[in-house]
Amino acid sequence: MAEMTMVEALNHALRQEMERDESVVVLGEDVGEVGGVFRVTDGLVDEFGEDRVVDTPVAEAVIVGASLGMAVNGLRPICEMQFSGFSYHAMHQIENHVARFRWRTRGRFPAPMVIRMPYGAGVRALEHHSESREVFFSHIPGLKVVIPSGPRLARSLLVSAIRDPDPVIFMEPKLLYRQFREEVPEDEEAHPLGESRVAREGSDLTVVAWGAMLPRTVEVAEEIAEEEGIEVEVVDLLTVSPLDSKPFTESVRKTGHAAVVHEAQRSWGPGGEIVARIMEDSFWYLEAPIQRITAPDVPVPFFAREEAYLPDKDRIRKGFRAALEA
Amino acid sequence: MPREEMEVAPPLEYLSILDEEGDLDQELEPDLDEEELVQMYRTMLRARRFDKLLLEWQRGGRIGTFAPVSGQEASQIGAMSAARDEDWFVPSFREIAAFLWRGGDPVDMTLYNAGWNEGVAIPEDARDFPISIPVASQLPLATGLAYAIRLRGEDDVAMTFFGDGATSEGDFHEALNFAGTFQLPVVFVCQNNQWAISVPRERQTASETLAQKGLAYGIPGIQVDGNDILAVRVAADEAVKRARAGDGPTLVECVTYRLKVHTTADDPSRYRDEEEVERWKERDPIPRFRRYLEKKGILDEGEADEMTDSVEEELGGVWEEAEERIETLGGPDVMFQHVYADLPPHLERQRKWFGTDEEENDNG
Ligand SMILES: Cc1ncc(C[n+]2csc(CCOP(=O)(O)OP(=O)(O)O)c2C)c(N)n1
Ligand SMILES: [Mg+2]
Repeated sequence: MAEMTMVEALNHALRQEMERDESVVVLGEDVGEVGGVFRVTDGLVDEFGEDRVVDTPVAEAVIVGASLGMAVNGLRPICEMQFSGFSYHAMHQIENHVARFRWRTRGRFPAPMVIRMPYGAGVRALEHHSESREVFFSHIPGLKVVIPSGPRLARSLLVSAIRDPDPVIFMEPKLLYRQFREEVPEDEEAHPLGESRVAREGSDLTVVAWGAMLPRTVEVAEEIAEEEGIEVEVVDLLTVSPLDSKPFTESVRKTGHAAVVHEAQRSWGPGGEIVARIMEDSFWYLEAPIQRITAPDVPVPFFAREEAYLPDKDRIRKGFRAALEA
Repeated sequence: MPREEMEVAPPLEYLSILDEEGDLDQELEPDLDEEELVQMYRTMLRARRFDKLLLEWQRGGRIGTFAPVSGQEASQIGAMSAARDEDWFVPSFREIAAFLWRGGDPVDMTLYNAGWNEGVAIPEDARDFPISIPVASQLPLATGLAYAIRLRGEDDVAMTFFGDGATSEGDFHEALNFAGTFQLPVVFVCQNNQWAISVPRERQTASETLAQKGLAYGIPGIQVDGNDILAVRVAADEAVKRARAGDGPTLVECVTYRLKVHTTADDPSRYRDEEEVERWKERDPIPRFRRYLEKKGILDEGEADEMTDSVEEELGGVWEEAEERIETLGGPDVMFQHVYADLPPHLERQRKWFGTDEEENDNG
């Protein structure tokens, strides 16, 4: 057991998987000698060599497209988009090929590959570095979209993503990269994709969150439990797509109240799908309108105003209160 | 049915005028007026000084991440000075020197780097594009500006800047091809500063030069010593002239060097030798140009030193001024401005409840 940051835990997963399986390769911009701009791939090139840890030209389309070719031809590529904001340069590859290669070839050529990308606001980053675009990928059939909320799960989810038979978009909330440490067991641990978890049990309100919004959502839940005796059940999605809705729709049957917290913009955001699932499955149990606690429908402002843009604990608490009304 | 060598493109040229001692090939020396030469030198000094200040402010936590320009002043000012004010400036993210040449306000750039959207507001009469962070994404934009110039029968030029790494992106190739196909008035200025973050130029492409990439698209390419401001200026003058005359785009590769970090989030000691940096410091474009100006009798030593001091003094108040400006800026709801020409009703509602106790679910 060792206490690790999310960066270290991801690095640990990559190293173990590369040791376990020779077909695993890592490619991306600056993933070699410098170990990635966030150091997630630190040291891998020394251990596994330049053929398996590939510093690519600055060219996202070929990083993703070539990964597909590698995946079809016996490798297990894990490619990195330096920031999620540059994954759009590869969107045609993702949408037109990666997501549906299995489907197009009637099962002949599946694409077991992982596209890793740091995403999200809150670290005073430059323009175009702070978006939260999980819906871009979640809307595409054939992709799995995974977002960890802490070091230990980051490690065990990445392991599952690498071993998954289908392409996985692995989004890393960079606000959490070094925010806190957790015990990460040395032994293998793989959290199944497509399985959310209850991060906190409660009987009064069901809240769905993931990624960087998860820790602050749990904090608010703890605070109002202590201050007001209100017990909030927090469901951590972990896999955004395919969406594991049962845990939260069933929770709503118990609580009668629901809210969703996300840092993506509000309209057409992931909250819409979550609310729809609750309406479809647990409508008759609802006692109040469901609340969406989200960023507003504006581009992420430059960093001086990003704290105001992101749902903070105040707004989360207000949203909880609104969800509990009636 | 022969098999023979084809002459598909003109041979590539390399241009250097000024050596490290400030001596030159007189036949190649451009005929520039003294006042402009002094202005070019002064802007180089301003860029170098401003870079230093930004670095200090970043280290002190006053501003966020930024990409320093040091070492690339000759490439940027040599190229930019070949354009007129009415021409378009389409930068990437490292064009501090070109920005200053264009008359950009260091206070604006400071605001931008301190995380305020207001810092990138483009002055009414400026034909300057905002900083473009997604690598190479600005090249297609410049191409479109140039298409409009041609269609509207104007004789302006669009000049766009980017790095060696940018030549690997699809946007670079698509833009060059488009500009070549329609013979558009664009000048593509590639600053080959030897590194794309940690990836050296040789690992970016197997091409011997970057200039030759233009040839594939039917665009003349030229490689110049990017630390020789006169050589860059001559190449850019030719490119601008060609574009203005309706004879299409040019790719200018400036061979230069990034003397500092990639951005302030970067640690170059992980991937490059200090020795290499030291070697390039000897080719620093600023002292080289100063020697030339002194040898020509345009500036004497005293005047050159004085200029360094006056630049320091001029930029000395930038942070205070930026702070004063920040005091006057609006609150968080500034982020709702300029999303659309007219704010749609749902956004109007969001703006109203923003930071208030109103119910979040109210969609208006
Ligand atoms: C599309 C895209 N991919 C990746 C990045 C991250 N990134 C920023 S600068 C850079 C290297 C650019 O190198 P180069 O074009 O040589 O310009 P330089 O930084 O040397 O001026 C990279 C990979 C980005 N900003 N945009
Ligand atoms: Mg470069």
